[in-house]
Amino acid sequence: MEIVMSFVIGVCYASAIFLLLQKRLLQIIIGISLLGHATNLLIFVTSGLHGTTLPIIAKGAEILPATAVDPLPQALVLTAIVIGLALFGFSLALAYRCVAVLGHDDIDRITHTDSLDDTIALSKNNIS
Amino acid sequence: MNNILILPILVPLLSAALTILVRDNLPLQRRISLIGMLILFITSFFLAAQVLEHDYLVSYIGGWQAPYGIALVADLLAAIMILFAGLIGFSVVLYSLLSCWHEEFSAAFHPLIHFLLMGVCGAFLTGDIFNLYVCFEIILMASFALLTLEGRAEQTEGAVKYVVLNLLSSAIFLAGLGLLYAKTGTLNMADISLIAQQATVNDNAGPIRLAGLLFFISFSVKSAMFPFFFWLPASYHTPSVPVSALFAGLLTKVGVYALIRLYTLMMPGDILNNDLLLTMGVATMLIGVFGAASQMHIRRILSFHIISQIGYIAVGIAINTALSLAAAIFFIIHNMIAKSNLFLVGGIASQAVGSENLYKTGGMWKAWPQLGLIYLISAFALAGFPPLSGFIAKFSIVWAIAEAQLWWVMAAAIFTGLLTLYSMVKIWAELFWKDHPNPEWTFTDSRDNRRLIPVSFLALFAILLGVGGGPLFELCLRAGEQLTDPTHYIQAVLGEAR
Repeated sequence: MEIVMSFVIGVCYASAIFLLLQKRLLQIIIGISLLGHATNLLIFVTSGLHGTTLPIIAKGAEILPATAVDPLPQALVLTAIVIGLALFGFSLALAYRCVAVLGHDDIDRITHTDSLDDTIALSKNNIS
Repeated sequence: MNNILILPILVPLLSAALTILVRDNLPLQRRISLIGMLILFITSFFLAAQVLEHDYLVSYIGGWQAPYGIALVADLLAAIMILFAGLIGFSVVLYSLLSCWHEEFSAAFHPLIHFLLMGVCGAFLTGDIFNLYVCFEIILMASFALLTLEGRAEQTEGAVKYVVLNLLSSAIFLAGLGLLYAKTGTLNMADISLIAQQATVNDNAGPIRLAGLLFFISFSVKSAMFPFFFWLPASYHTPSVPVSALFAGLLTKVGVYALIRLYTLMMPGDILNNDLLLTMGVATMLIGVFGAASQMHIRRILSFHIISQIGYIAVGIAINTALSLAAAIFFIIHNMIAKSNLFLVGGIASQAVGSENLYKTGGMWKAWPQLGLIYLISAFALAGFPPLSGFIAKFSIVWAIAEAQLWWVMAAAIFTGLLTLYSMVKIWAELFWKDHPNPEWTFTDSRDNRRLIPVSFLALFAILLGVGGGPLFELCLRAGEQLTDPTHYIQAVLGEAR
């Protein structure tokens, strides 16, 4: 099962990197989101997928049963998903703002902050 | 239990919450914000005093013993960093109160600043690697919002680069974390250190090294090392002045702090190749300073200098002796103060002269000599002139390099220092010394000397750290000795049992 999951994660990473290399901001943001999900899946698989029971010590027993899952990676993934959702929301808002202010979301044309004269030209026709 | 450890995280959280509650009353919000920063600064003094007395403070959140629960740990390095983070936060808020009275200044500014400080202090204090990730995300989220607060076109463009590259680095960090957990089964930094050392002895450190390299890439992005620095000069000059001063003082330093923890605690010895960090440090120094030399815009020059200074610190970490680590820590402190102050002074000057483009400025020395004097102090501190703070910082780094007999690194370090001086003098000549390019230009600013309070305060620190830097350097040396021998740290966190 872990082998299959490894391939799934690999495909996710590959697609994410493909999307990151695209020209449009929206595709890049989806790529980043996918990258985060691939990473979440990776953490989830790290504890192994062989656990079948809840990690709760049964009444009368002293230790966890050997079939119990490791709950920690699931807690980590949960945290990472919540953070990822917030960041994804912000990125989408930023992309929207980008289109509203600049009129396009083409990464190749977002170069004004790299050279001096262009920033000045940009701040002259400022839309805020 | 040492409950004081939670305060540097709790105080900014409470200030942030309070400033949100009073967002409709701007004067009150500003007062609360300033008082909150002052309390944080005072708290950090108490924390530092406690750490000086006990060497290590450890607090287990929720009472769960490490390595199972989350531990907050303060050693000397963490205490020093929090102390100066509080200082920078306080000065920046004071500056924003005295200089930014515009309506455009949004009510979200103060809460976000406090959230940022909370993330920064959390990152300095935590002893748990996943907690470090969460703190990084808090810092990122607050900085994203601060960066785009006014929503101007160039801010949006800068933010796109900043957001995409930093999110990428977070994903890499998280992937490394997952792999490390799979191999070691722990998230506690002290425990990771023990397991990594054991693995080196048994010669199967490969998987741990892989996770460590992912951390290394991620932290290098955060601290803007060559070749991962592109987001910094593209975005740091776009937000309002107090925001870029705060970013310059704190954000990259958190990345460097994480690098120190990675190289001295989690992967001690030579598990990660120190020569790699050394080479990258030298490249960072040179590229940063060349970038600065090519710019003609105040905050862009200063942004590139952040990168070049990070190179010095990285070299200090890579040499990995008590002296070089002490030099790196002293350099971080000096850089926080001098760099933030230069951003603030540049902000006041460009506000007064009406432009940040050095082709369109001039005449400031005649118009406002007090400001020029403060600029000179901070700029020469950054360039490393005696008797200012930068001299001790650079001298000790170069001394550590000489002890390690890395002559090519030493040549690069001194050359970089020379070019730093060139850029600082360039700003001086273009902004203060030469006449204004427009002969009809008259100085219309109010020249309100109250605005100079926060910058004089920081300039005073730059002088104090230079003239009376001995005790602080001794402290850094002690911190460096603590870092070179992580066994005490591990013992303090995990107890005698391990």
